Amino acid sequence: MQAETLSGGFADTARDAARAFRAVLDAMARPGSIHEMAGAAPPAPLSPAAGAVALTLCDPETPVWLAPSLATPEVEGWLRFHTGAPLGPREAAQFAFGSWEELAPLTDFPIGTAEFPDRSATLVVGLPGLAPAGARLTGPGIREAAALSLPEAEAFARNAALYPLGLDFIFTAGSRLAALPRTTRVEG
Amino acid sequence: MTDMSQDYNFAYLDEQTKRMIRRALLKAVAIPGYQVPFASREMPMPYGWGTGGVQVTAACLTPEDRLKVIDQGADDTTNAVSIRKFFERTADVAVTEATSEASIIQTRHRIPEQALSEEQILVYQVPIPEPLRFLEPRESETRKMHALEEYGLMHVKLYEDIAKNGHIATAFAYPVKVEGRYVMDPSPIPKFDNPKMDDCPALQLFGAGREQRIYAVPPFTKVVSLDFEDHPFEAGRAAHDCALCGAGDSYLDEVIIDDEGGRMFVCSDTDHCRTRREAGHTGALGVPEAFA
Amino acid sequence: MYVAVKGGERAIENAHAWLAEERRGDTSVPELSVAQIREQMGLAVARVMAEGSLYDPDLAALAIKQARGDLIEAVFLIRAYRTTLPRFGASRPIETADMACKRRVSATFKDAPGGQVLGPTFDYTHRLLDFALAAEGEVPPAPQAEPAEGPVPHITGFLNREGLIQQERPSEETPPDLTRQPLETPADRSLRLQALARGDEGFILGLGYSTQRGYAKNHAFVGELRIGDVEVEFDIPELGFAVTIAEIEVTECETVNQFKGSKLEPPQFTRGYGLTFGMAERKAISMALVDRAMRWRELGEDYVGAPAQDEEFVLYHCDSIQATGFVEHIKLPHYVDFQAELELVRRMRREAAEAQAAAGAAAMKEAAE
Repeated sequence: MQAETLSGGFADTARDAARAFRAVLDAMARPGSIHEMAGAAPPAPLSPAAGAVALTLCDPETPVWLAPSLATPEVEGWLRFHTGAPLGPREAAQFAFGSWEELAPLTDFPIGTAEFPDRSATLVVGLPGLAPAGARLTGPGIREAAALSLPEAEAFARNAALYPLGLDFIFTAGSRLAALPRTTRVEG
Repeated sequence: MTDMSQDYNFAYLDEQTKRMIRRALLKAVAIPGYQVPFASREMPMPYGWGTGGVQVTAACLTPEDRLKVIDQGADDTTNAVSIRKFFERTADVAVTEATSEASIIQTRHRIPEQALSEEQILVYQVPIPEPLRFLEPRESETRKMHALEEYGLMHVKLYEDIAKNGHIATAFAYPVKVEGRYVMDPSPIPKFDNPKMDDCPALQLFGAGREQRIYAVPPFTKVVSLDFEDHPFEAGRAAHDCALCGAGDSYLDEVIIDDEGGRMFVCSDTDHCRTRREAGHTGALGVPEAFA
Repeated sequence: MYVAVKGGERAIENAHAWLAEERRGDTSVPELSVAQIREQMGLAVARVMAEGSLYDPDLAALAIKQARGDLIEAVFLIRAYRTTLPRFGASRPIETADMACKRRVSATFKDAPGGQVLGPTFDYTHRLLDFALAAEGEVPPAPQAEPAEGPVPHITGFLNREGLIQQERPSEETPPDLTRQPLETPADRSLRLQALARGDEGFILGLGYSTQRGYAKNHAFVGELRIGDVEVEFDIPELGFAVTIAEIEVTECETVNQFKGSKLEPPQFTRGYGLTFGMAERKAISMALVDRAMRWRELGEDYVGAPAQDEEFVLYHCDSIQATGFVEHIKLPHYVDFQAELELVRRMRREAAEAQAAAGAAAMKEAAE
């Protein structure tokens, strides 16, 4: 086992995970808001923010899909060692990690059922950057309107139309993170 | 014999349990008003004493938080004291009685009078999370009703109340509709508090431990109390002023003060009342805090 | 000047101190040791282990001492402790056929291989208070026989050989875990049995009794009741084989129930099953009755609306810790809600009185005209 596999986890597991979760919670509750995610140092190309999301939310109970660019022995080994999450196909994923291009098309991830809309995947999308500009966001969690540099608008509009079913998104860039629940209305 | 000395994890719950609750919380935020099932753990306090709220708070707390716990609006009710103590002991977290200073507020039966801010999280303790439960005791049925958005029964019940009593005979745990989709139980808060949930800047989280459900209302979300055009929702409170601070717009507790049937009305929100008295407001029976 | 009640914290501390004093009772009477409870209150210990879902006689005894003998409170202490324990894995299923039986009776056959063993039972004691026990006398040792060698086959196995009893399909699937997943119905049988095994003895007993009195009547014989020690084996992946990590006492009951047959199947006996930690035959028998009643769907029987058939009703209400918490929580302050009701009732009464007065005035006016 390589040293890289063993290192890069949270130094103070309980407290670091608590802080990281609050950042994700705040991001999901206030779509468009951008947060700093500290504490994780995963092997590249997994970003520190995406690594922190994995450490905070993934474990042996959550099947994970990894995009081809992330499915390196280093990243897989790191995830397995630190989270114990089983890697699996898109159809079974509770969390999926990858670039926007690799995650598309979004149609084969679970979107929940009418009785259990929560049984849907959360996509952790790696972006080159995150800025409060671009697509116009409205809906729950947003006072009037917010803006976020999303890769496109149409896919999110299609997802929102499935409500209450649908996917939820966490965007990461370096150590920064934002989120977009299925309730957000996105205009290009 | 089993080793009986042990340290508990930060905020009591083990990390795997926290991850499970955290995942449920995120889905709850993404589907406002929908009840997410979660594998509630057996807590060291009884079901009905806030085990759901405690688990939600434990999953959200960071070492930097400042926690306020209220029961019936008051910080010094025994169960509020007990829960606050629990988190002081297990998370070494700072606590406060001042609504404005708290980053997380766990509550049973009230929403503070002071408007909440974007920096705050309000965690509700919920006994029966299912608003349709008193119409249909079976979970398998109510889940279908939510899936099909079939809320006709609820409207029929409320309308029967009006036909019989001239009023909707629900004074607390008054059902609301969240963002035009899910009918939700706001927990047993008096309906006086319902309007505070609408378009609230704070994140509102709900935990029902025994019933194994978590749900949420994100900030700035539409929360409408169910009503009818000819019988609009009315908040309602005792038609008195607080005897201690003179507030005319707060929710009041009725206190029996002698065996002649004498009573007085005081703010249920103890922090609100104290803050007002400290600012010099005085009611019929009170003196400003500084002189008391 | 009115002063609001303060000092909740001190009140709680004082209450706890008083509770500790009451727990100890008269200090001129020697204090109970945990070992005394474990050895001399064995059936209480068994019940706390069974409903607490934790096999540890010492901890159960401690919980009973701490709970002043309130067994539900003791179960609660054990459950709250249990949830904090780390999990290393799951054991292999226990083999009750390999049980070292201290008691084994069958109501369906006069005798069978392995024999009938009465064991340490209350069954034929005359329920006369034994005042000699009050005098703390030593008990003479019970007569001993050589333990029987080899496995004791299950009685239902004999019926199975003739095809007279419905066959249980063996399954290699990992059963769901009631303590790690939220309960969802319809529940499979392993989940129902889990809930019943943890369920309140009194509740399960009452439900089992109701099936005998005609609420989902399905006449049951105790095919076999056995109590004794079984080995718990744990697979060690590094070693590639299983090792015995403990020996635990369990009670197992298999009932043999009537079944008239259906369009597809000829008449056959069916089964109910009960298994609990420790010596707890009342619970195991009751559990088997309720298990059988809840199998109506699988066996193609009619749902007659009996409480014991209704798995949603049974599973959501059999847990003593959930039930006691929620039933007792209504003693907590509810004055905010009560105040809201009070205002509403006052208002409705006022309006009713006004309406009545108005109607009376109108009638008077009418009469005067």
